[in-house]
Amino acid sequence: MSIWLWIVTALAVIAALARAGLWAARRLSGDAPRFRDMSYGEALGYALALAAIIGGVWLWMKPGAVYFRWAVMGFAICAVAAYLFRLAGRHIGPAGLKRQFRRMPLTAAFGILVIILYAIVAIFAGWIAPHGQEAVLGAANIVPGGDPAMGGDPAFPLGTDRIGRDILSRLIYGAQNTVGLAFATTLLAFFLGGALGLLAAVVGGWLDQLLSRGVDVLMAIPSLIFALLLLTIASVWADGARGLMTLYMVLIIAVIDSTRVFRLARAVGIGIVVMDYVEAAKLRGEGMGHLVFREILPNAMAPLLAEFGLRFCFVFLTIASLSFLGVGIQPPLADWGTMVRDLAQFINFAAFAPMVALAPLLPALAIAVLTVGVNFVVDWMLHRSSGLKS
Amino acid sequence: MTPLLDIRDLRIEGRSDEAWHPIINGVDLTLGRGEVLGLIGESGAGKSTLGLAAMGYVRDGVRISGGSVMFDGIDLMNASAEEKRSLLGRRIAYVAQSAAASFNPAHKLIDQHVEAPVRHGVQHRGESVEDAIELYAKLRLPDPHEIGFRYPHQVSGGQLQRAMTAMAMSCRPDLIIFDEPTTALDVTTQIEVLAAIRDIVDQFGTSAIYITHDLAVVAQMADRIKVLLKGDEVETAPTREMLEHPREDYTRSLWAVRGFHRPEKPAPGPDSVPILSVEGVTAAYGEQVVLEDVSFDIHPGRTVAVVGESGSGKSTTARVITGLLPPRGGAVRFEGEPLPASYRQRSKDQLRQIQMIYQMADTALNPRQSIAQIIGRPVRFYSGLRGRRLRARVDELLEQIELDPAIYRDRLPGELSGGQKQRVGIARALAAEPRLIICDEVTSALDQLVAEGILKLLARLQDELGLSYMFITHDLATVKAIADEVVVMKEGRVIEQGPKTEMFTPPHHPYTDLLLSSVPEMDPDWLDNLLAERGVEDLGEAATGKM
Repeated sequence: MSIWLWIVTALAVIAALARAGLWAARRLSGDAPRFRDMSYGEALGYALALAAIIGGVWLWMKPGAVYFRWAVMGFAICAVAAYLFRLAGRHIGPAGLKRQFRRMPLTAAFGILVIILYAIVAIFAGWIAPHGQEAVLGAANIVPGGDPAMGGDPAFPLGTDRIGRDILSRLIYGAQNTVGLAFATTLLAFFLGGALGLLAAVVGGWLDQLLSRGVDVLMAIPSLIFALLLLTIASVWADGARGLMTLYMVLIIAVIDSTRVFRLARAVGIGIVVMDYVEAAKLRGEGMGHLVFREILPNAMAPLLAEFGLRFCFVFLTIASLSFLGVGIQPPLADWGTMVRDLAQFINFAAFAPMVALAPLLPALAIAVLTVGVNFVVDWMLHRSSGLKS
Repeated sequence: MTPLLDIRDLRIEGRSDEAWHPIINGVDLTLGRGEVLGLIGESGAGKSTLGLAAMGYVRDGVRISGGSVMFDGIDLMNASAEEKRSLLGRRIAYVAQSAAASFNPAHKLIDQHVEAPVRHGVQHRGESVEDAIELYAKLRLPDPHEIGFRYPHQVSGGQLQRAMTAMAMSCRPDLIIFDEPTTALDVTTQIEVLAAIRDIVDQFGTSAIYITHDLAVVAQMADRIKVLLKGDEVETAPTREMLEHPREDYTRSLWAVRGFHRPEKPAPGPDSVPILSVEGVTAAYGEQVVLEDVSFDIHPGRTVAVVGESGSGKSTTARVITGLLPPRGGAVRFEGEPLPASYRQRSKDQLRQIQMIYQMADTALNPRQSIAQIIGRPVRFYSGLRGRRLRARVDELLEQIELDPAIYRDRLPGELSGGQKQRVGIARALAAEPRLIICDEVTSALDQLVAEGILKLLARLQDELGLSYMFITHDLATVKAIADEVVVMKEGRVIEQGPKTEMFTPPHHPYTDLLLSSVPEMDPDWLDNLLAERGVEDLGEAATGKM
């Protein structure tokens, strides 16, 4: 039987099950309002969810599905950790913080936990990491897992790369390099884009036109290609100086990303400038500084903060991509993007040696978890700020 | 005969701060067939919630916790979703306060009109379109054949409100709930909508619940009136009986609101220098001329009311005076001295002398600043006071506007009621120690009781501080209460001006007359008399003639 026929049959069975289940539920519950007013679409949704759960259990039982089992376990661990973290937050700390935690969804708690953990790891990398990021130690290509029978070594729980550097240590230092640079870059982008955007909103007229059209020109060029191009030029200027190269990268990404911040800040600012309280301040004779920083900025804070979270993720991914392409953070500094590139060929072993293939997935996972965590927090903040308005 | 709608001991709760708070505490309501019941009360009294509950519907975050709603023998509380669907739109219809916000801007009026009848299988699309045109004609909409094929933004607010009433009528429902359908409209437009609604309700024998906070309006519309206060019923009585003999103190206080009346101050002497003279001002937004040759004077200590419908140029005049919109021609003089056209060129002292109070206190106060910051900023900006003395001055201003400094100093605007916010707006204007305050529709967004409080406060402050007011309003009751002089504007021109007593005694300019006569009065026969006077033939007859 072809796969398509198989899928269609399964869907038909699920649809029939949903119909039968809805009828049975109505009969058994004596037409309780919950089932009486339930539409067929909703019942179908429940049936599909049930099918997905059954499928998941079946996949779990299959001996080959190692990654699926890891994913499910990882998900469960994250959920429990987030739950415990939220529970702790609800009972420890000042009253204001407790109240925040009581209203917080689990996703946001997970995001905050991730951000805190990454921050701790990044700040204290020097103390936490068992080895230096540049240290070449003993054997190359030790398999993660620390099981000697499988080619591992308990001294290097996550294994070593192909020139024998400890992957765990490099991951920890990578947090410092990648996350730290991304944070600095995002701050710079916000300072630049936010200030100019709000200024364009308040002053308007030719200044607004000039800045906005300039931003349009910058935005018209695909950002990654543009960054690559500029970095190639910059690498000639830097003339091999590693620190200078990193500085150029930060500046270039900050300028490119500040265009997006400019757009948002200007749009939000224009909405606030027309408010009567800004008019009242203008008529009082207040200067530009007071208008921007006292009247407008506090009211633009919620959307700007949310954008900060998202922008941080993008900057972070851009740095990782540039490093992967070889023009970002320069070796031997540890960086997650570079690590993915260096370990990439191990992915070919996934079919018969899952542990070996884990090596390139670890830095990729570190990137993914932070991105997801930050987005959860941003979603929550957006939800809260929109809730405040209504 | 069983009543059409029978609500018994209805209790509704709303969720906030993780707890359920009562919104309606056990209200009974019965509505006979063909009867119109007026629901009145201040904002927050639960009028709209009760109106929606009559359809078996509650908003998100709100639940019905007890009681029953019976509609024509059907228990709406226990009806299935399907049963409710077959009733709503078909037998029960709803007309919302803001038609502009309730129509879908992406569809033509007629497409939205025919949706209910086609969906409920009452009429085919063709029949329904014809019926819509007939209804539009009955509601006296211009071009009934054309208007339905326009989009909502191409139709004026009053017309949109009538189109919405027509839409509610599309299935000839047994019950219509009108939720403040004329609150957002000018007085002259309001009359048309009121007359149209009443005639069509009469003609089809429809029952209606009419929700409003305007007593004079409800007096024209309702057979019976129910007064609500904070989710409790105060009293219910037939309209005439309630107007003549209100039983409860609260009802009486509502009735007395319009009693506030300030005696007109004596006319200024011939040698009095006007504090502000607007001299032949012409202004335009781009090519669109919005003010033409506007002139009037404001003398010290007096209140000049600028009256007109929306779009008449009242607020634009204020923008010219404050310097936000430099005029194309003419001049504004302050105590005889010409003021620079743009606020940017005015000195700090010139700016200080003229302050503004805005219509929407919500947008006039920065939501992220505390009351002390909002009021303290102009004090510090103009007088340079700091620290303890600044704090003392802020407290003094708060006392002047009758708010307890200890309680309100550190609150944010979001934690205040509408009336309190408006008071803070007044305090911010006072903080600059101005000579002239421009009040732009300061009471139109407020309940009548609260509005009266604001007017009394403004009057007291004028007596104490010798302020002059330019009072922009479309509400002639407010003008009667507070003005010394009246300037009537229409389409960017001054139509008529003079002392209040002169303006309110005939003969008037025809437009002033139209404005004056359009202000609803508490007399239940007022609308009938007015329509008879204006020579409008009875709409019911006119419409049946067409059928």
